[in-house]
Amino acid sequence: MSAPLLSCEGLTRRFGGLTAVSDVSLGFAMGEVHAVIGTNGAGKSTLINMLSGEMPASAGRIVLDGQDITAWPQPRRARAGVGRSYQRTTIYTEFTVFENCRLSAQAAHARPWAFWESAAACSISGPIARQALAAAGLDAMADRPAGSLSHGGKRQLEIAMCLATEPRVLLLDEPLAGMGAEETDRMLALLAALKPGHAILLVEHDMDAVFRIADRITVMVNGEVIASDAPAAIRANPQVQVAYLGEHA
Amino acid sequence: MDLATFLVQCLNAVQYGLLLFLVASGLTLIFGIMGVINLAHGSFYMAGAYLAFALTPLFGPNFLLMLLAGTLLAALFGYLLEWAFFSFLYEREHLQQVLMTYALILVFEELRSLLVGNDVHGVPVPAWLSGKVPLGELMTYPVYRLFASAACIVLAVALYLVVNKTRLGMMIRAGASNRDMVRGLGIPITRLYRIVFAGGVALAALAGMIAAPMSSVYPGMGGQILIICFVVVVIGGIGSISGALIASLLVGFVDTFGKVFFAELSGIGVYLLMAVILVWRPEGLMKRGY
Amino acid sequence: MAGVPRAAAPVVAALVLMALPALLTPYTSDLVIKIMVLAVFALSLELLVGMTGLVSLGHAAFFGIGAYTVVLASPESDPGNLALLALSSVGAAAAYAVFMGALSLRTKGVYFIMVTLAFAQMAYFVFHDTQLGGGTDGIYLNVRPTIGPLDAGNKLHLYYLALAALAFTYGVLALVRRSRFGHALAGIRVNEPRMRAAGFSTYFYKLAAFVLAGALAGLAGFLLGVKDGYVNPELLSWHESGAVLLMIILGGIGHLRGAVIGAAAFVLLKELYATPAFVGDFLAEHWQLTLGFTIIGFVALLPKGLIGLRARLTPAARKVST
Repeated sequence: MSAPLLSCEGLTRRFGGLTAVSDVSLGFAMGEVHAVIGTNGAGKSTLINMLSGEMPASAGRIVLDGQDITAWPQPRRARAGVGRSYQRTTIYTEFTVFENCRLSAQAAHARPWAFWESAAACSISGPIARQALAAAGLDAMADRPAGSLSHGGKRQLEIAMCLATEPRVLLLDEPLAGMGAEETDRMLALLAALKPGHAILLVEHDMDAVFRIADRITVMVNGEVIASDAPAAIRANPQVQVAYLGEHA
Repeated sequence: MDLATFLVQCLNAVQYGLLLFLVASGLTLIFGIMGVINLAHGSFYMAGAYLAFALTPLFGPNFLLMLLAGTLLAALFGYLLEWAFFSFLYEREHLQQVLMTYALILVFEELRSLLVGNDVHGVPVPAWLSGKVPLGELMTYPVYRLFASAACIVLAVALYLVVNKTRLGMMIRAGASNRDMVRGLGIPITRLYRIVFAGGVALAALAGMIAAPMSSVYPGMGGQILIICFVVVVIGGIGSISGALIASLLVGFVDTFGKVFFAELSGIGVYLLMAVILVWRPEGLMKRGY
Repeated sequence: MAGVPRAAAPVVAALVLMALPALLTPYTSDLVIKIMVLAVFALSLELLVGMTGLVSLGHAAFFGIGAYTVVLASPESDPGNLALLALSSVGAAAAYAVFMGALSLRTKGVYFIMVTLAFAQMAYFVFHDTQLGGGTDGIYLNVRPTIGPLDAGNKLHLYYLALAALAFTYGVLALVRRSRFGHALAGIRVNEPRMRAAGFSTYFYKLAAFVLAGALAGLAGFLLGVKDGYVNPELLSWHESGAVLLMIILGGIGHLRGAVIGAAAFVLLKELYATPAFVGDFLAEHWQLTLGFTIIGFVALLPKGLIGLRARLTPAARKVST
């Protein structure tokens, strides 16, 4: 296991009198799936939002590949390789599945001033999009309107769009939400295939899935990290059992 | 500038700011609670001024009575207007609301043209308020302007009390933060909206009536105050009454002292203020708070 | 009409417009020029509202600045250089658009609508209250600009000038629409947070669209100034901003043709409503009443504009695929 590609030190977020995330220090290494679990309100979403850049931190640092990116706005982080998928599907429902990915791929290769060139024929974003779609298993649906996909299909598109930005770090916010067993298997297989080339942060509620795929698990309660270890150790950790796993242990 | 002149200008600034606050509070409430951007809000102010012009001959010296009558008429009109027109705008996109309320302005302008014509009018200051108060040795200040400021302060306090201390106010504040939850709690949302809207119209019209003896009553006054109110709402933060108050006073001072120091370009002073605030705090001074 | 390419309709329309002057009276010719000028104006707003989703209530500022620039920059009694003056108008409008856009785009939604209105009002006051542009009286353009044999004072030349500007604007926007830039704008319109998550610095895209829209509105203003030979502050008023917004709603937002159709519909409707022969004396005098109710009717019943009307009547209408 190498030095973490993305890490945070002392990350904190306060809203008025409420502290949503308190002094969190974590690392996400290349080739590893690092899951973050916790009950609702534990601060997982806030943590992801701060890492992706959608929400500023009240205190702490975020470092990407040796560079301090704490002050960077989200688009800049995305172009530097921090990709994100969302818990609530945020695809462009009006556009085709292909266009959803192509547009995401365009971000890093924009050349917006070349307005005489057609986007649909773009030789850079097009192939990247097709690759991302293939990886997510959506190539057959490429020309359909994104809004017409099934729920599972939309979640896959969510991931595909994230992949189309060619990220090095994947911040995945509950990608398995609302999925059936078969779709879950497919998604986990996809994540396993992505693992070697990416650092993956996985926020999930599906405990079985987490224990199947995670190399490392961090448990958050009330905005604080109470344990961060290999899955077996987490399962055996009495604090975690009391605070969270309870019925699942 | 000597002290007396400075004092006069300060009083003018406060008076203008307070009047603006009456109109802007209605606008910001209607937007904050019902989510409707209403371009026609300035028309209510204009309607109030023309109403004062029309009612003065009927009420003679009973100025306060006229204000009361006018306010009630305006509230009734607002109530009906919400039922007949605005209730259809709530779920629509902003662009459609903008166009519908813009169309409403056109209709109001024509109605006013039909009913009272397009002339500029004056409304006489009631006799018992027409004196002047001495300020220092050389200057005096019109009693009516002091009355206007006092009336606005009374209304502002009343508004504060209603919004913060009554059940209605509690529902209003709840509605402003979470419309759907309020609906789910069984609060009569349609009636609530109607009351809020009527209140906003009444405030704007009352402001117009109070302003009428000070400025003239002319066709373009609605548009003019609307845009300034937009600036107030942007600076103060949508849905925030205290923000509207602070912003109104700020605008009052910038505009009044702007006229004193930069005669020709004074009109743009307010917009420059807005520009500065935008650079510093794009969501307004108070964001969402009462 | 399945086999006919989408570009057919605008090209046919352009050809028709090119042939038209031979058939028109001076009055109707003037009306058509007016429609073409307003079509450029409406197209510029379509870029902002229809393509990028930015509802601006201050677009008339650029229109008016373009118009004032050509008058102010023209020599007293000689014809000015047409090309240079056009560039000046466009440049001045674009400059104000940079200022207005940079600040306004720090806000969103309703705030944006209000702020654009306020900044346009600011520009209005500059022309209204100062002697820069003759105050409320406005100023006159004594001699129309020329370039080579082209004389904007010649009605026929002006007609083709306006047509060329319209074709240019339409062409540029059509190219933008299918370009990467245009697709990014569409993405911003549909889901801006998603665009930022993918890595687009959306503020700059919006600013670019805002400035381009302002520049094109300035071009329309230039044409109006040259056509009428007179400008006054009302060109920057919010009534003008409301009118152009109305034009694109009338025609149908989301389509370039909609802007052109809407401009034509607006001009013709206003003509109609103000003509006693059509609507009677009373309504002709109070045409704003009819216009107001028309707008309400349109927004309530035909939110997709006149283009949407066609789609409703022909069930096999094609969907916009990007």
